Amino acid sequence: MVHAFLIHTLRAPNLEDASLCRVLYSCVFGTEKSADDPRPHGAERDRLLQKEQILTVARQVESLCQLQQQACGRPPTDLQPQSSDEPVPLHEAPHGAFYLAAGDPFQEPKIVVWLGVLPLGFALVLDIHENLLLAESTLRLLARLLLDHLRLLAPSTNLLLRADRIEGILARFLPHGQLLFLNDQFVQDLEKEFSAAWPR
Amino acid sequence: MPSAGVESLLQQAREIQNGELQRFCSRVSKLLQEDPGPATIDALQRLFLIVSATKYPRRLEKMCIYLLQNTLCLPTSPEQLQVLCAAILREMSPFDSLALSCDHAQNTRQLSFVASVLLAQGDRGEEVRHVSQRIFTVLENRQPEGSSVRHLLPILSKVISLAPGILQEDQTNLLSKRLVDWLRYASIQQGLPHSGGFFSTPRIRQPGPITEVDGAVASDFFTVLSTGQHFTEDQWLNMQAFSMLRTWLLYSGPEDPGTPDADDKSEPEGSTLSVLSATSTASHLLPPRERLREVAFEYCQRLLEQSNRRALRKGDSDLQKACVVEAVLVLDVLCRQDPSFLYRTLSCLKALHRRLGEDPGSERALVPLAQFFLNHGEAATVDSEAVYQHLLSRLPSERFHSPMLAFEIIHFCTYNLALFDSHFLGLLKMSFPNLFKFLAWNSPPLTAKFVALLPALVDAGTALEMLHMLLDLPCLTAALDLQLRSSPTPSERPLWDTTFRIPSCLEAFRDPQFQGLFQYLLRTKASGSMEGLTPLHQLLQPMASCARVAQCAEAVPTLLQAFFSAVTQFANGALINQLALLLLERNDSLYQVPQYEARVHRVLSSQFLALCKLKPSLVVELARELLEFVGRVSSIHSRASMFTCVVWAIGEYLSVTCDRRCTVEQINKFFEALEALLFEVTQSRSSVDLPCCPPEVVTTLMTTLTKLASRSQDLIPRVSLFLSKMRTLAQSPTTSSMHRKEDTEAIRIRATELLMLLKMPSVAQFVFTPTVGVCQPRYHRDTNTALPLALRMVSRLVEKEASLLPG
Repeated sequence: MVHAFLIHTLRAPNLEDASLCRVLYSCVFGTEKSADDPRPHGAERDRLLQKEQILTVARQVESLCQLQQQACGRPPTDLQPQSSDEPVPLHEAPHGAFYLAAGDPFQEPKIVVWLGVLPLGFALVLDIHENLLLAESTLRLLARLLLDHLRLLAPSTNLLLRADRIEGILARFLPHGQLLFLNDQFVQDLEKEFSAAWPR
Repeated sequence: MPSAGVESLLQQAREIQNGELQRFCSRVSKLLQEDPGPATIDALQRLFLIVSATKYPRRLEKMCIYLLQNTLCLPTSPEQLQVLCAAILREMSPFDSLALSCDHAQNTRQLSFVASVLLAQGDRGEEVRHVSQRIFTVLENRQPEGSSVRHLLPILSKVISLAPGILQEDQTNLLSKRLVDWLRYASIQQGLPHSGGFFSTPRIRQPGPITEVDGAVASDFFTVLSTGQHFTEDQWLNMQAFSMLRTWLLYSGPEDPGTPDADDKSEPEGSTLSVLSATSTASHLLPPRERLREVAFEYCQRLLEQSNRRALRKGDSDLQKACVVEAVLVLDVLCRQDPSFLYRTLSCLKALHRRLGEDPGSERALVPLAQFFLNHGEAATVDSEAVYQHLLSRLPSERFHSPMLAFEIIHFCTYNLALFDSHFLGLLKMSFPNLFKFLAWNSPPLTAKFVALLPALVDAGTALEMLHMLLDLPCLTAALDLQLRSSPTPSERPLWDTTFRIPSCLEAFRDPQFQGLFQYLLRTKASGSMEGLTPLHQLLQPMASCARVAQCAEAVPTLLQAFFSAVTQFANGALINQLALLLLERNDSLYQVPQYEARVHRVLSSQFLALCKLKPSLVVELARELLEFVGRVSSIHSRASMFTCVVWAIGEYLSVTCDRRCTVEQINKFFEALEALLFEVTQSRSSVDLPCCPPEVVTTLMTTLTKLASRSQDLIPRVSLFLSKMRTLAQSPTTSSMHRKEDTEAIRIRATELLMLLKMPSVAQFVFTPTVGVCQPRYHRDTNTALPLALRMVSRLVEKEASLLPG
């Protein structure tokens, strides 16, 4: 099962950029029962912890993506198409996976699969026995859908105020964090369904 | 998307004050009570941002929360509104004043949204149980009103992963039965299109049969690799059911492997019982759990067969590969739960292994295959051997550049360390050069994993070879880069840095003169021999500024530390000596990546000292080599840290207490060499080419000379003379102009201290060559033999002497 999905800012390496890594959208699928906490405001503390865990993942993805970009020698503006109508070559986008040990920062050990499409990063936080190949292709699919349907790379859009679309896509393609074995036709059908419910 | 706009919007959302927020909530409440329109959507989108932008809690007006919950459950709410309400409530979760219940949901889609909120509460109020109860109520009622059951399966999957043990026996059986239906008996006809539309013909067209991914008509039951124009409801459920199958099997598997069922079917070959279970007639009589396993097995077999076909669409081709991985994973679970499946599974998987690697991307199934054989390999040692060889010998050298494959293989190795038998461990140890290729190419995400893996890879037989390889790891990165660039069949997209041009290195790579060295560097197995790669250091110099090489170089010091902490656990005397010699040898011959040398020198010096501490007699045994090392004065500055450590080690361990074989001749020989060295160092003038000797070197030399003199007391007059000369030199104006004030001061003070100590030879001996007992705490606590007492006495004597000295 997928524990969480997040979208965050991704700065290119080599740029003198003093801004911080920001999580633009995150969805945690279900919260585990936390240990009994006699102190008051336990619920708020849990939420705070969750937010911080997600930020930790985002920061780590950002640094790994920057290192990979440096190693490959790709110039920072490589993946920003001039017109948002061109399909973004997602199979060439930097991607990878890393392991998070138990307690650092999640209670259980997790694996993170990430994809970088500058200036955004996408990541899935998974349990360790997941089918990584399926997770990878699901993440690419989600990124493609989000980039298409929200036109994320066009200069005027703002992802922050269109969370309902993201939720609509997730509800169909990653419901409750369940990775789905969708062949091409299933994907098309779900996309049609989504476009009908959320006209552009 | 300009990041400044994002930044400012987030800032605004975070900084909204409570008063303004409450006013906004009232506006939202008003809008929610009216008919939904674009203003409502806009307001809710903003509210979502405000709630999600900060990690601190946002307290919304009670009425607002109530209306959000209400709107979520209204039958007439459009999906967009429901989604936003659920998202806002979920973003606030966990929070205490939630009054939502799944009973309010009107249809399964709404139930899904409500469940997403409830499951985010952290099960504080038994929400998980309520959600699962409701789902089963819907499932039991065979004709659910409203939308389909397919929204429920993912919720169920999440429920059992959040709270295992929450379902009752009859619920488990019910779902197992339904899953069997959906997986095995989904319709093999295509579905009808949803709506006719204006231009559709009035007569109902007969839907055709479903097809395989290569266009042929489906040969057997429907699976996720079957396709068509439109899907029926049960085909959707088939896809959903397979997606959650492995989770469900693990959840509903037997708790106790020692049940009577498992005992009967424990023989994988030739027993009549296993033959019977292969036929489907007997399987209909099985209880739901066992029936599901049987169906799961058939499904996996079908998927493996279907993945042989050449898919027409790329998306389907990718899915085929993911299905192969999943099928192997599910078969692994099935065999673990019921060993009678093993016999049939092994023949499937043998055929699979032969096909892997033909299609790029299909080799990803090798890791789950290896895991399978690891779990069940006693039954098929020949096949498992082939898989392990493929995994460890071929794959790393062919696909070291794939970040996902690298991660999976290394994760497989570290995760299963406890399970590996001595045979596999042996294979793993011999394959370390190949595994290091992953590390050399992509060090940042893999370094921590390798630190965990190194203790298993280090072996007495290959330790030296491995140390050489670790020190040459950045060279390996460069060589791999050259290998890719020179490859006759380049991939569609260059995997190396195209802006970085190194024609001379490419030439060197292709030069037959250096073939042997490059082949040695890129070997796949530990060779047992060691080749000096110094010529390559020179040749690959232009690549030292390549970013990938620099990243690898940064990881090496950490890996060296891990290596040494592993090897010192089991190294015997001979190996320790060899390691020490290796450190001395390699200290001067490293690949010149910026800052790499300095960092590695630090590690090598501290490890040299650690080895000496582990085996003090090392200094005496390697006296000849150490003498040679300290004899060369020209390169002191470039290897100051190692030099200082070696000199210190000589002073510390060249004594009879550390090794009875230490002779006076040896001490004298070292003394002479170090004395000559110190003389040269202090007499030479600094110039642009020969910078000043660092003060630590000078003080260490002085201290070591004094230590040696305290052991061979004839040398004391010579040392005392030298030290007083040093003291004078340190105070002279010429020296003060060359060195910093603190340095000359330190040298002067040290020289004075040493001189004082040498005036009392037996005290000097005591201080510089303490017996083993002195290092015990007891020596200091016991009031009768306490060192402090002795020291107090000595210091009083020294003070008395010092007051009598001139100047």
